[in-house]
Amino acid sequence: MIAIGAGLAVIGAGLGIGIIGSKAMEAIARQPEAVGDIRSNMILMAALIEGAALIAILLAFFVK
Amino acid sequence: MRKILISFLSVFCFAFLATAQNDHSGHDHSAHDHSSHAEGAHGDDAHGDGHSSHDHTNECGYTHQDVFEPGAVAFHHISDQNVYSIGPINIPLPCIMYVPGEGFDFFSSGNFKADAHGNGFYAYDRWVIYEGSVRRIMDESFPMGKVEIGDVASGHMYNLFSKTKEVDGKDKTTVYLCHNGDAIPCDSKSYADGGFLGGGMSSYYDFSITKNVFTMLLMFILLAWLFIAMARKYANNIGKAPSGAQNLMETMFVFIQDEVAKPFLGNKWEKYTPFLMALFFFILALNLFGQVPFFGGSNVTGNLSFTVVIAVIAFFVVTFSGNKHYWEHILWMPGLPAWVKVIITPVEIMGMFIKPLTLTLRLFGNITAGHMVIVIFVGLIFIFGQNGMNPAAGYGTIIASTVLTMFMMAIELLVAFLQAFVFTILTASYIGAAVEEHHHAEEH
Repeated sequence: MIAIGAGLAVIGAGLGIGIIGSKAMEAIARQPEAVGDIRSNMILMAALIEGAALIAILLAFFVK
Repeated sequence: MRKILISFLSVFCFAFLATAQNDHSGHDHSAHDHSSHAEGAHGDDAHGDGHSSHDHTNECGYTHQDVFEPGAVAFHHISDQNVYSIGPINIPLPCIMYVPGEGFDFFSSGNFKADAHGNGFYAYDRWVIYEGSVRRIMDESFPMGKVEIGDVASGHMYNLFSKTKEVDGKDKTTVYLCHNGDAIPCDSKSYADGGFLGGGMSSYYDFSITKNVFTMLLMFILLAWLFIAMARKYANNIGKAPSGAQNLMETMFVFIQDEVAKPFLGNKWEKYTPFLMALFFFILALNLFGQVPFFGGSNVTGNLSFTVVIAVIAFFVVTFSGNKHYWEHILWMPGLPAWVKVIITPVEIMGMFIKPLTLTLRLFGNITAGHMVIVIFVGLIFIFGQNGMNPAAGYGTIIASTVLTMFMMAIELLVAFLQAFVFTILTASYIGAAVEEHHHAEEH
């Protein structure tokens, strides 16, 4: 059960971070001069999604 | 290209040496046996004829089996220890133990004469060292002072062993010392995590200068020296171009100042920049130092206690710098209907605590996962080589393992910088949200 829960959390986070990455790439292609801002915001958003995934993984460990 | 080749060869040589050592001793990395399932799972195939010389039964009837368990080995290598080992050399560290009712006990972990796995050949004042951490002998009649418990002459230590038993539906691992035919239970140190990672509260507390504490002090001195030297250089070289290490430090310093502090903190950036710099450089230094192979292998940022403490510091900074608007938005969000406010307030209060929790887990998870993957890639050698019983396959796997390990270490180098940056930028954004001046008129 732990493995399934952690796996589901990772699928969700993976999709989310993938979408952020693809949109950031599009944004950089459209406006290469804003690459610095886009990159740091991309990392920030990815970190926030990762946070949700981490909570899910932690809960998967606690709720055995 | 030449540099890549040289680094490849050096990693290859290290792996080769490690494997050769393993063949020689035949007992590396296998001290984690759980006798309860060792017979069932590995007894028949791996330990057939001709291999019985690898097993060793001690006076208490415990059989030391030569089984390689990658998971246990990985956990052993990322854990905090009471000895600092550089290659085969063990540097003793001061141990400070507190036993409620008996007071403090100070001694050096050099008294135990620990081997490469952190198993001591001697007991000292009813303390023993097993798997690198000091444990207390739970027998009042055990003699004080230095007592030989292992076979010093042969260099093998089988008298300390662990057994896993199921108690109330949970697996409980107890360490035993076999002395004169008696299996004496040994208590492990108290963990304040309620038994999630450790064993919960026990009969003593460990306040020692462990490997992680030592590394933190070392990095503190290094960073203090580096930054004081930089500050002197700036004071002396006014108007001149930066030179030497100044170039490196200035790049990172200005990056954090311009990309993190200024955009997130607005006009209050000067007040919080020292805190953000301290976070970034301390985490970065510890991340990078933890990457250095064979030099202690300190895993400080991958230790939950460390990440909890820095996240709690960040939480206090955010909470105490929160202005009126911040608390208003948490406790009674303006511009919403009353029934929505009732739902929003508990969520916002939970969010206050979830933020430091995710900071803790993100750093811990990323660093720990990276270190474990490296250990397991190296462990592939011993899995395929069947822990010294099939040396040809082991030597063959070195090539694949070297490539994989180098690839993983390159990723880890990126992660070391990224996680230090992410921790800093998130802390900056939380502080920024707490100190921001809101303009309600047009928004609501």
